[in-house]
Amino acid sequence: MLLIDIIPNKCDFCGCCVGVCPEDAIELKEAEIKIDENLCTNCSKCVWACPIEVLKFNKERLVNKNR
Amino acid sequence: MKSEYDVIVVGGGPAGSMAARFAAEQGVSVIMLEKDRDIGYPVRCGEAVSKAGIEEFIKPDDVFISTTIDKFAMISPDGTEVVIPLEQSGFILERRIFDYELAKQAASYGVEIITRAYVNGLIIEDGKVCGVKYEYKGEQQEMRSKVVIAADGVESRIGRWAGIKTHIDFRDMESCTQVTAANIDVDSSTLYFYFGKDVAPEGYFWIFPKRNNSANIGLGVSGAIGKKTSSQTYLNKFMSEHYPNAPILTKIAGGVPSSITLEKISAPGIILVGDAARQVNPLSGGGIVSGMIGGKIGGTIVGEAIKQNNLNHILTYDKAWAERLGKRHEIFGRIKDTIYNLSDEKYNSIAHAISKVPMQKRSLGNVFKIALFNKPSLLIDIAKVFLIK
Ligand SMILES: Cc1cc2nc3c(=O)[nH]c(=O)nc-3n(C[C@H](O)[C@H](O)[C@H](O)COP(=O)(O)OP(=O)(O)OC[C@H]3O[C@@H](n4cnc5c(N)ncnc54)[C@H](O)[C@@H]3O)c2cc1C
Ligand code: SF4
Ligand code: SF4
Repeated sequence: MLLIDIIPNKCDFCGCCVGVCPEDAIELKEAEIKIDENLCTNCSKCVWACPIEVLKFNKERLVNKNR
Repeated sequence: MKSEYDVIVVGGGPAGSMAARFAAEQGVSVIMLEKDRDIGYPVRCGEAVSKAGIEEFIKPDDVFISTTIDKFAMISPDGTEVVIPLEQSGFILERRIFDYELAKQAASYGVEIITRAYVNGLIIEDGKVCGVKYEYKGEQQEMRSKVVIAADGVESRIGRWAGIKTHIDFRDMESCTQVTAANIDVDSSTLYFYFGKDVAPEGYFWIFPKRNNSANIGLGVSGAIGKKTSSQTYLNKFMSEHYPNAPILTKIAGGVPSSITLEKISAPGIILVGDAARQVNPLSGGGIVSGMIGGKIGGTIVGEAIKQNNLNHILTYDKAWAERLGKRHEIFGRIKDTIYNLSDEKYNSIAHAISKVPMQKRSLGNVFKIALFNKPSLLIDIAKVFLIK
């Protein structure tokens, strides 16, 4: 289950997240970003590398799932 | 546009344009594909280069030079500012125009260029890269080549599809934010660097002056810092403390892959250049000139290989790069680790020591000596920088 949220309309398409993603799970076009949930391991490295807090690790979704 | 070229260059930044130009100079057919609408835009860069660095590629011209630099200022955590004259001058570019000029230069050697062409896959046959898959005008298309040159920047993925490990450790990613602001009253020939854990931990904060009292103001922090506090938070804090009313002309995010070069930058049918190969100088974070150098070396080798009908020749690119800059970057990387980890007290004592040196005696060499005095372990690495010329 993908636990990384992309806050809509906030991304600047800079590529920091893509550069650190070990799984090649992020697709970045001129003005479009997508995370492939089949590849993503929720490691959060992209979250830490994002300069402007676009990506968030969604803890609640994990809690809800485990309920 | 044809369906087959000798060389496909992916990415229209400085590294891509130079790779394309130097390949074309060998008389082979070259096309450059750029995903964005414009070459050179958006600008995600502080735009500082050395004069000697760009002169290898293009004659300095006011069209793409904003200001000329001959000093740098270091501002330590306690606010001590020391100004140090530079032995070699530098420029702050207008990259929006500079990148265009480089692409035009490539075009003058016969390179075809297409924008809004987003490469999203490779054609691989018998373990060799034979072209790219790309999206253009809403349609998925294919183009074949003898060699693909991946110049797709910090966000590079193309090398991965050819089986090269290209992602870098998040601690080596300098996550940057920058504004270009107006009404910034700084000296227009000085680069300003701020150090310390409050302004830019494990990185530095810069003010690079541009024409008419504007400036690029920004910082990079390692992903290790970003884990707790984002780059943007530091920039907002600095701006509200120093320039609360400055009109903001541009605001960007960006990444500098401040690692050493990838272990492998070529494979059958493909080479990587520029940020995609992680050819940035890991100490300064400068990647314009080093990317152009990577592009020149890579493009030339690829052109030669095709001309001689010996595609294995492209695999000599790794060694050629290592000898020109790669090995030196390894040492810069180690110096970076030391300098970025200096405590605020060390930065202060270095600044105080420099401020006691008379202006005419200040030089980069002297600054290093003072830094060494404060951190002797730097000596070995710096000595090596001068040995590997
Ligand atoms: C905030 C900041 C400040 C900086 N300051 C300086 C500085 O002062 N001095 C300095 O020397 N360096 C600086 N750098 C580094 C410098 O900007 C880069 O090293 C340099 O731009 C690298 O050039 P390049 O050609 O390798 O990549 P880029 O210039 O990033 O070009 C890559 C191109 O590839 C395109 N692309 C990516 N993926 C695809 C795809 N799938 N299909 C088609 N096209 C694609 C991109 O759109 C882009 O145009 C800074 C970087 C940042 C982020
Ligand atoms: S969480 Fe990890 S695997 Fe998932 S997109 Fe981010 S960096 Fe890639
Ligand atoms: S690092 Fe952040 S701003 Fe940059 S492309 Fe990724 S999500 Fe967007």
